[in-house]
Amino acid sequence: MNRIVSVIVNNKPGVLNRVTAMFMRRGFNIQSITVGATEAEGQSRMTIVVADMDEPDIEQMMKQLHKQIDVLKVTEVTEQPMVARELALIRVHSPVPTRGVLSTLIDPFRATIIDVGVETVTIQSVGKPEKVDALIALLRPYGIKELARTGVTALSRDSDTVGEVARLQANTLSL
Amino acid sequence: MSALVQPTSNQTAGVPDPWITGAEMLVEALRSEGVEVIFGYPGGAVLPLYDALYECGIPHVLTRHEQGAIHAAEGYARVSGKTGVVIATSGPGATNLVTGLADAMLDSLPIVAITGQVPTSVIGSDAFQETSIISISTPITKHNYQVRTAQELPGILKEAFHIASTGRPGPVLIDIPKDVANASGIFDYQEPVQVPGYQPTIKPNQMQLRKVVSAIRAAKKPVILAGAGVLHAKAHESLRQFAEQTQIPVVHTLLGLGGFPADHSLYLGMGGMHGSLVANMALYETDLLINIGARFDDRLTGNLQYFAKNAVVVHIDIDPAEIGKNVRTHIPVVGDAGESLKSMLDMELTPVQADEWMAYLLQLRDEYPFWYQQDGTLKPQRVMEIVHQQTQGEAVVVTDVGQHQMWAAQFYPFNGPHRWVTSGGLGTMGFGLPAAIGAQLGAPDRTVVAIVGDAGFQMTLQELSVLAESQLPVKVIIFNNHSLGMVRQWQELFYEGRYSETLLSNQPDFVKLADAYHIPGFRVEGEEDFARALQAGLATDGPVLIECRINPEENVFPMVAPGKGIHEMVGVKP
Repeated sequence: MNRIVSVIVNNKPGVLNRVTAMFMRRGFNIQSITVGATEAEGQSRMTIVVADMDEPDIEQMMKQLHKQIDVLKVTEVTEQPMVARELALIRVHSPVPTRGVLSTLIDPFRATIIDVGVETVTIQSVGKPEKVDALIALLRPYGIKELARTGVTALSRDSDTVGEVARLQANTLSL
Repeated sequence: MSALVQPTSNQTAGVPDPWITGAEMLVEALRSEGVEVIFGYPGGAVLPLYDALYECGIPHVLTRHEQGAIHAAEGYARVSGKTGVVIATSGPGATNLVTGLADAMLDSLPIVAITGQVPTSVIGSDAFQETSIISISTPITKHNYQVRTAQELPGILKEAFHIASTGRPGPVLIDIPKDVANASGIFDYQEPVQVPGYQPTIKPNQMQLRKVVSAIRAAKKPVILAGAGVLHAKAHESLRQFAEQTQIPVVHTLLGLGGFPADHSLYLGMGGMHGSLVANMALYETDLLINIGARFDDRLTGNLQYFAKNAVVVHIDIDPAEIGKNVRTHIPVVGDAGESLKSMLDMELTPVQADEWMAYLLQLRDEYPFWYQQDGTLKPQRVMEIVHQQTQGEAVVVTDVGQHQMWAAQFYPFNGPHRWVTSGGLGTMGFGLPAAIGAQLGAPDRTVVAIVGDAGFQMTLQELSVLAESQLPVKVIIFNNHSLGMVRQWQELFYEGRYSETLLSNQPDFVKLADAYHIPGFRVEGEEDFARALQAGLATDGPVLIECRINPEENVFPMVAPGKGIHEMVGVKP
């Protein structure tokens, strides 16, 4: 199982480089990383997904993150009640006759067609990474022309933060 | 550029101008920090800084290479406990600091490095002498800054000195573009430093320390491993009291030497690859290992599988990231070494019931001291003994890296702190001579002896100029074995004597070289010659260079071979 670490950092030039440089130096491999604004002025949230690792290793990774002067807070959210979401844009080969089928297919995923061309349609999907994986697998037989995923962003679950999740998703930048 | 625009004229009679340039701010900040000496080398991008330094009253040492400047700053920081300051220009000046930054990072030395940068308008355009020293130095500094406006300079300087010197010390680099140095702003150095992301834990958790104290009560084979954290915390006195009250023997790391008196009955010597047998056996067999301010470097632990394998491990460290990094820790304590020791001294400490253990260790200590065999040649170990004798063990000993470094660590016992300057973590050849310059400036009243090998010495020998120019009374002792001794030793032991590129057949005449720099030089080949030369050298006010011709085949023993456990030492006896 992947591990998800939520990191609050100063929103300053070079901070992303400091964090990724530390991962490189210490030999930790990043699966995905998203960075975006938080509710606090001057702070960003990084959501870093890494492949599963031993407890001492994840502890060391978090300590090294915390050691960075521009890192304010480090939380591993994998095991916590949390919401994790990802956005994917998928351009699928879709001559006009197949479009009805596609529409039906993506409907249960609450994905939407956001762009239509002569030969392709672009589908937007938001959800848990597994859901996005499943949709991509279903669309693959039709011919995926282009694919862009944002990587996961996450927050600990709290009834008060439901509104914030939607806002954060909207602000998430792809790197 | 600064958001503040300098008014055309804001000077009224008698009112000091609050607007000063970035360069002048640097000088003011260095004054406020009480900086006694700057090590550096000028260049195009730091011309404004050097203009502000001109006649500013803070002594500047012009080394002959930026690497020399930063090693000198390290030597200064190591013996004085103060932050070393180094200035270099952009591009090559900055990249020449890289080795020293990495060295200071691994050995936790407080350094503030100032680099010039091309003007902000051309950053990113591959301008003349432009390099991204921020990107380069990020993994080898505790923190770094590129200053974008003059107005933020005072805050950054204050923060940099704070970060470099507190918590686990380390190097901080400040990159100052030339136009920022020329721009003006208001200098305010009163604002307290506030770094939300940097709050080192100084006071240890008392509950954890109580666990340590009860572990001590249960221990049958306890040992203290004391590292340089004890020295940074100036906790040598507390360490001695703690060891005496608990009667737990002490092993030092290479960098920790001097934190506990070498002539103390509880001292077992240095552990690690070329440590003493008794120190390593203690680390191997212990049931309670109390690590105070050491980071379990691989040169100390040997193969981790065998290191303290039956022990309850206590690790006291100011840097939480060191705890559990290499060795599984049962009782972690995050905090300052001195605060931790003092807190425990306030608790009920009783002597451990470990008579059998102590008897065993003392027997090993007596039976397996560091040794060498007299064979008629000048023995480097004997040289160190003579240095110890003639300086009454009171010298500041600075080394380069290699065999001579190990012989110095083995045969020059230290009874007090801040007398030992060596490159431990990075193992930087070329460190010795410039570090000795800094050490002498940090401890002007002490005898400073630089022990260097012939190969490492040649990496930074241009700094002899500084010795001569400033008449610093450093006694430089070169162990000349016409080879890269330690690498040669490994080739002998592990590569069937295939001496690939380690034998230096064409050496300069080191005495003539000293002469060329106007430094008295001696060449010695025998023990008595050396004793006489050193005596003469110590009686000389200025610098002296003594070249000791030693046997190229002399090896450092005992030794834990790479990949072996620390209990598997070879060469423990003649």
